[in-house]
Amino acid sequence: MFGFLVKRLLLLLPVFLAVSVVIFLIVHLVPGDPVDHLIQIGSTPEQKAALIAKIGLDKPLLVQYGAWFMKVVTGDFGDAIVLRRPVADLIAENLPHSLWLGGLAFVFSTIVGVATGALAAVYKDSWIDRGVMILILLGSTVPSFWLGLLLILVFAVHLGWFPVSGARNWTALVLPVMTIGLQGVALVSRVTRAAMLDIARKDFVLLLHAKGVSRREIQLRHVLRHALLPVVTILSLRVGWIVGGAVTIEFVFARPGLGSLLITALNQRDYPVVQGCLLMLAMAVMLGTLLGDMVQAAMDPRIRENMQ
Amino acid sequence: MAFLSVREVSVQIGKMELIDRISLDIEKGQILGLVGESGSGKSLTAMAIMGLLPLIGGRISHGSVTLDGTNLMTLPEADFRALRGRRIALITQNPMTSLDPMLQVGAQIDQVARLHLGLGAEAAKTRSIDLLQQLRIPNAALVYLQYPHQMSGGMKQRIVIAMALAGDPDLIIADEPTTALDVTIQAQIIQILVDLVRERGLALLLITHDMGVVAQACDQVVVLYAGRVAESNAVNAIFAQSAHPYTRALIACITRAGQAAGSLTGISGLVPSAASYAAGCRFQPRCTLAQAICSDVAPALQSHGQGRVSCHFPQGAQHG
Amino acid sequence: MKVLQALPGGSVLGTWRGGLAFLVLLVIALAAVFAPWIAPYPYDIQNLAATNKGPTLAHWLGTDEFGRDVLSRIIYGARTSLSVALAAIGVSLTAGMCLGAAAGYFGGAFDRAVTAVVDLTWSFPEVLIALIFIAILGPGLTSTIIAISIAYLAQFARLTRAQVMTIKSETYVEAATSLGAGHTHIMVSHLLPNTLTPVIVAGMLATGDAIILEATLGFFGLGVQPPSPSWGAMMSSGTAQIFIAPWTILGPGLAICIAVIAINLFGDSLIDAMDIRNRLRDY
Repeated sequence: MFGFLVKRLLLLLPVFLAVSVVIFLIVHLVPGDPVDHLIQIGSTPEQKAALIAKIGLDKPLLVQYGAWFMKVVTGDFGDAIVLRRPVADLIAENLPHSLWLGGLAFVFSTIVGVATGALAAVYKDSWIDRGVMILILLGSTVPSFWLGLLLILVFAVHLGWFPVSGARNWTALVLPVMTIGLQGVALVSRVTRAAMLDIARKDFVLLLHAKGVSRREIQLRHVLRHALLPVVTILSLRVGWIVGGAVTIEFVFARPGLGSLLITALNQRDYPVVQGCLLMLAMAVMLGTLLGDMVQAAMDPRIRENMQ
Repeated sequence: MAFLSVREVSVQIGKMELIDRISLDIEKGQILGLVGESGSGKSLTAMAIMGLLPLIGGRISHGSVTLDGTNLMTLPEADFRALRGRRIALITQNPMTSLDPMLQVGAQIDQVARLHLGLGAEAAKTRSIDLLQQLRIPNAALVYLQYPHQMSGGMKQRIVIAMALAGDPDLIIADEPTTALDVTIQAQIIQILVDLVRERGLALLLITHDMGVVAQACDQVVVLYAGRVAESNAVNAIFAQSAHPYTRALIACITRAGQAAGSLTGISGLVPSAASYAAGCRFQPRCTLAQAICSDVAPALQSHGQGRVSCHFPQGAQHG
Repeated sequence: MKVLQALPGGSVLGTWRGGLAFLVLLVIALAAVFAPWIAPYPYDIQNLAATNKGPTLAHWLGTDEFGRDVLSRIIYGARTSLSVALAAIGVSLTAGMCLGAAAGYFGGAFDRAVTAVVDLTWSFPEVLIALIFIAILGPGLTSTIIAISIAYLAQFARLTRAQVMTIKSETYVEAATSLGAGHTHIMVSHLLPNTLTPVIVAGMLATGDAIILEATLGFFGLGVQPPSPSWGAMMSSGTAQIFIAPWTILGPGLAICIAVIAINLFGDSLIDAMDIRNRLRDY
């Protein structure tokens, strides 16, 4: 298992490097002088010169990248232009909020998704099944930010049960988590249902019936366990979707977090913050995918053998 | 009444009738071969006896199935489930897909004993390892801990047999148990089954498409064609003097030692699908002896010598 | 229905799903094309005396914070959303198909390189990829199209490559090669036509996602810039009025939903009709 982990981490390294190169180049690809993208508008030539010397903007690109990378790895993302604070501080303040949101949404999606998908499969063609299918259709076609706004309109504005925005207390988490979560539920539910129906047709399930095992035990103890495999696969492939969802929803609900930090920074052309956030989000995607791979390997003995 | 008695059973899936009034009897200690090409309805018969037709959207539309006096058709599902694995056991065709790939094989054998015999974990484990040893599997304790993908096809099939034996059944239905295995392993597995019947006095319904297997192992044989019984008789009698043209063609298909390579005899034509069964005798399109009456009137199953045959012109020809 | 089903292509239109979805899409497309003739008002006429009014006979969907007619802006917004989505997917499809076909056909180091890059972007959410390129190119119409097309590139490249690799080993390709056909000829005459169908259908489904992505970027303020109406931007400015004028949010949101659901339903029935569901499994 450990060897597997190390191998996967090593494979991740070039990916991380490639992504970091792209993010690093943002400042240099935007039209205009890079130094202008890293400093306040209206700075004096002396201030600009100081910054150039400090970051080494006069050095060749490769050297610059190396220096930038070393700094990033030690946690120095530079200084935000608008707020004039170290980007690392801004990230540290906002990261926990994003983690809470993403984590809870993930748990919500998985549990509710597997439960509804399993129910739909076990009671195929009943009204439960049809209800779940409609839920899946809605969840996968309704744009997440509209769903969020809708939930705000109904539950916050109209009914007043939850706050409209912000992160004052835990009640402010409910609607955002549900917004991201419901989309995830649609995905997980669909995969669970399809997988369970698919597996129920397999030979070993027939033999389980022939052994006299009850239908409920077959579904819950055998079929569901198999169905979880494709669910984990799809979840680990779509970890990125949680990150993407979080970015959007944080903005919709005006919650603090890496997402709203990024969008605001993009609107303000605050490139150090943009770079820092993009890097963190990219890392979140990569680590999440890795975690998903590990869980898959833990669940399926065949994958472990393939990886040796 | 025979231990297992199948009387005039018809099976429907959806609106299609796939098996048309077949009957067979098996006594304890007896091996009955059910023979036919794929598409003849052999596996459906197995599913019908085990009451598993609902899984594929089918049902028994006519006839009765009786096990040791108990009418299986009227048995409540909960009681039927208590029977499955305990008094009737199934050995399936493809060992590669019959075992749960995510569970150790030992646990899968244990499941039967724990469910039907109420054994605890340790007792079930001991019993399972013992079964593996009886099936002459070396290093039984190690094999017990393995996963299906770590073993060969032949070994997997032995595990399936062990699972079938774990409940101490009276009747075993083996649905083409050797079809998916190497030729070298086939004879071994058949021998294992034969020995089990002799040693334990089980009844065995052996489903196969290979008359060679029938010759090797069975006491009685029922030949199925397109959902109907073509012929049924004791094995010795049928090989000495088979009556139905289909049976004779099947027997001629068995390759013999010394036969020139490339000289396989086949039966021309294909097994018809249920949607396009011919009127009258269903074998008529492929029969070399067919006459006018064969395409008009379906032959009834009648006594013929020691056995029964459904043919308008049953033969008594000798063959080598 | 039976009559419709008998026509060529009718097996799609003949079903409730397919037919209804197609009708809806037709309506939306016509609205987008003929917006200047259909919309009751131009999209940028302000009427500061009548801001944030609810639905009335004069304004079927009410007015926004500048007194502009919401319905008209939604109709014009259809133009933006559809054209951006179609353009982006068009570019992405073409580039992705070429890349994927070449990678699948030639194999070797080129294939490995392309696969590596494609896999890189594969696990990232489209939003993130789009944001990276918006960061580089700045907000606006062209950059939105470019950003979205890059976000979906991986998908089409992967799908095309998978299809090509399946077909590559088919006998008729071998036959053509043995007859001396050149690489380009094989790719164009044999590979592309056969891979076309599932990829085009995937492209259609992706258009729905692209519309959502465009709206999301617009919602962030990073997409098509004002005064061009965009469904996403309308909803964004609507949030400021959420307590007093919720219809400014509901209207465009509903438009997006209807468009995307229609696309998905139509694409789905297309997949069923052409029986290519297994070719589109998680590639």
